[in-house]
Amino acid sequence: MSALIFLILFPLFIAGLALVLPLGNALRRTIGVIANIVLAVVPIYLLVTYLNQGPTYFRVESHVVNMFMLAVEVLIAAFIVYISLRAKQYLPVLLVVVQSLIMVIFEFTVGRAMEVEHSLFVDKFSIIMALIVGIIGSAICLYAIGYMSEYHEHHQEVKDRRRYFVFLIYLFLSAMFGIVFSNNLIWLYFFWEITTICSALLIGYRNDKPSIESLFRALKMNLLGGVVFAIGLVYLYTSSHTMELDKLIQLDKSYALLPAVCMAFAGLVKSAQFPFSSWLTGAMVAPTPVSALLHSSTMVKAGVYIILRVAPVMENTVAAKMLMLIGGVSFLITALIAISQSNAKKVLAYSTISNLGLIVACAGINTSAAMWSALLLIIFHAVAKSLLFLCVGIVEYKLESRDIEDMDYLIMRLPKLTAVMMIGMAGMFLAPFGMIISKFVTLKAFVDTNPGMAIILAYGSAATVFFWVKWMGKIMSIKHGVTEVMEHRVSRWEWVTLYILAVSTVVVCLAFPLISSGIINPYLTELFGKTPAPDTFNVMIIFVIMLGLLILLPAGLFYFAFVNKNYKRVGTYLGGGNIDHITFEGAMASTQTIELKNYYLEKYFGEDRLFIIGVLISLTLVFVMFGVSFL
Amino acid sequence: MNSIYELYQSLSILERMLVFLILAPFVGGSLAGVDRKLSARFQGRYGPPLKQPFFDVLKLFHKERIVVNKFQNFNIVLLFLFTIFSGALFFAGADLLLTIFSLALAGTFFILAGFCVGSPYSHLGAEREVIQMVSYEPMVILMAVGMYQVTGSFKVADLVQYPKPLILYLPGIFAGFLYILTIKFRKSPFDLSMSHHAHQEIVRGITTEFSGPALALIEVTHWYENVLLLGMVYLFFAFNPWIALVVSLATFLFEIFIDMNYARFKWQLTFASSWLFTAVAGISNIIVLNFLK
Repeated sequence: MSALIFLILFPLFIAGLALVLPLGNALRRTIGVIANIVLAVVPIYLLVTYLNQGPTYFRVESHVVNMFMLAVEVLIAAFIVYISLRAKQYLPVLLVVVQSLIMVIFEFTVGRAMEVEHSLFVDKFSIIMALIVGIIGSAICLYAIGYMSEYHEHHQEVKDRRRYFVFLIYLFLSAMFGIVFSNNLIWLYFFWEITTICSALLIGYRNDKPSIESLFRALKMNLLGGVVFAIGLVYLYTSSHTMELDKLIQLDKSYALLPAVCMAFAGLVKSAQFPFSSWLTGAMVAPTPVSALLHSSTMVKAGVYIILRVAPVMENTVAAKMLMLIGGVSFLITALIAISQSNAKKVLAYSTISNLGLIVACAGINTSAAMWSALLLIIFHAVAKSLLFLCVGIVEYKLESRDIEDMDYLIMRLPKLTAVMMIGMAGMFLAPFGMIISKFVTLKAFVDTNPGMAIILAYGSAATVFFWVKWMGKIMSIKHGVTEVMEHRVSRWEWVTLYILAVSTVVVCLAFPLISSGIINPYLTELFGKTPAPDTFNVMIIFVIMLGLLILLPAGLFYFAFVNKNYKRVGTYLGGGNIDHITFEGAMASTQTIELKNYYLEKYFGEDRLFIIGVLISLTLVFVMFGVSFL
Repeated sequence: MNSIYELYQSLSILERMLVFLILAPFVGGSLAGVDRKLSARFQGRYGPPLKQPFFDVLKLFHKERIVVNKFQNFNIVLLFLFTIFSGALFFAGADLLLTIFSLALAGTFFILAGFCVGSPYSHLGAEREVIQMVSYEPMVILMAVGMYQVTGSFKVADLVQYPKPLILYLPGIFAGFLYILTIKFRKSPFDLSMSHHAHQEIVRGITTEFSGPALALIEVTHWYENVLLLGMVYLFFAFNPWIALVVSLATFLFEIFIDMNYARFKWQLTFASSWLFTAVAGISNIIVLNFLK
């Protein structure tokens, strides 16, 4: 139990230190590095300790802690009211007041007699989440050390509030550990609200007009989720006198369904599913480490975590069907929208929503096979997506642009970075790397239960291939002549993180049979009593392809780079006499310049139109989801 | 009557793979010869001898290696390896979905080959190839889904043993598959990214900068792929091997016939029509199957 409490309190302690220690101090950096190593190692210790045990529950005296949390919540609420009034935003004020009133009245009336048996717990799913938060979260913190100083060089107009920034990030990590280890739902809710406020403040770091707008958009949506969460908890306690996650799942459906739907709703907001996707796409105004954190290891993963936790309650209900459809709609529509985007961060954001949609759909189906792929999707997505965000963050400053159309010949300008980026992309969409394995299993899970979802997956994965391939093609094209290599200006903090994540992407893919048999299958046995029978022959073939690629790619690149001399290199065919690599002499002795641009199919997949469609469909589904759970 | 099938059964997985790897280029090459001869006859020409595709490929292998980008041919090697791997998996009786994913991986390498040379024609070809891939991919996956719904298995070995005719359950899916097969065979009206005919509006499209041995490898890969695709057609009629073989061959001839009778579509029409056709034919079929269960 001490390890769990340590993981929650230690980042808090570091956050406090970050606020106190002066910037640029060697001690500060040393402490940062040590803290990150500790944060990555302790979850591994947890894994080793609890791997062979079932879910373990811990009793903690909760009354004092509850009162303390309530006090902090009220303080945070007051803070939100203050910043909202200052920015003349009234909806967040209303939401936060309603939410606090609910919780305060609850705690001082019925909540007084509340007995919580087990406040903390750890099981294999928590450990997986803790590993993601610990390893990827702290890798991103390392990256931030190098990145943020460059950020302030580039953005002189932004006030340097780095201490506050680091404070928020570690607070965020602490809250994430809190979410994954809490069995006491009041605690879970408390940590949930902390992630809401942390993410909103991080999004607004720049403190200019678009950032403030995004800040409040994120705040409004997540507070709405929080209000619904709180209502769910109050309903749960008044109807069944339960306030624990494990007891909720065992409750009779007639009591548990509505609270579960409320929590799933809060999860949908956090994981930026339709109709609440706009806060995540707005979040790209924040510095890159924030985006990486929100998209990979924290915020959105907290959303799918809670949805997967309460999914068993909703089993075989119409509400679960609605959840599945919301996930499916989000998956398909955001994958299509991503085709029409040329802003790299926006493409990444839409692809995140799309992948999370798949996880939510799996939660709605809630068979052991679906759960299996949901867990794998969480792992693969976290590693590859954080890697991609961090790469784009560096590219953005080297090219002074985050537009994919400006990334021509990137492999000549930033060769190592492009290689790392391509590993990330391969992890996202190329068979047989991570995401494809999960999509493969997801498809099988869908076919067995709901072929309609298989159709959505068929179209959606075609769209996924589209936007990744054209981006990958863009960065790997080569031109003749010399290009300035700009890589020496990337700091070593950033390199270390990129290498860690690139290696993790490959290792996670290679180790997936182990992850599956060692952690996920035992977890599913605990949950369902049976594991999905894995087809060993298929696993073997996937493994062969993966190993083959891992050997072929480096060997082939080496051969073509150094060994193969038997070729004649010429200029490209341009349809006239080449002058240099991009100009040629055309008809009538005219000089023509070529330019290579990608297709974005705006007419078919325009963001404006598709986004509205997604919001409308999913809004209907959300209403139906609540409607059926009231009956 | 079931001698083909019994012969197939008697082979081990590795032997089946080996048979495919050795025989497929001969079958594919001969089909290409038939294709050229027949196309010529349709156009009132005499046409080259049947063995011409083999001569062409052999000749290409002896040409000088001219490249724009040192690494461009590596993509082609990967395209080749993954295509034959998917074919070997399919004919060994492995998972149909895995075959499809592996084939898509091969296709991705081909597209990247087109992108990486940085030539405008090749770039446009690669761009169109992506659109083609996106156009056909949903239908290919739905084909596997439909077959699973009927037989309860994704394994090619089980699909081929299924005693009832799959085509009776999957007429819509078969029609949809025929539609996108035209894209996969690179036939008009869908030969946007590269065409077998000499000069199209984007020169030689995705293969503009590939010559000599690399071009030969692309051609051989195409042979392997065609055999694999006809193998998928075979599955629909696998209840009777002779009918299945005849239908597979007829499908190939049918595609040549389509090729002769259509002008090239624009990519917009290609994309929209294949998605709509997939939606109407494929999805309706899958919904009906879901109710039959």
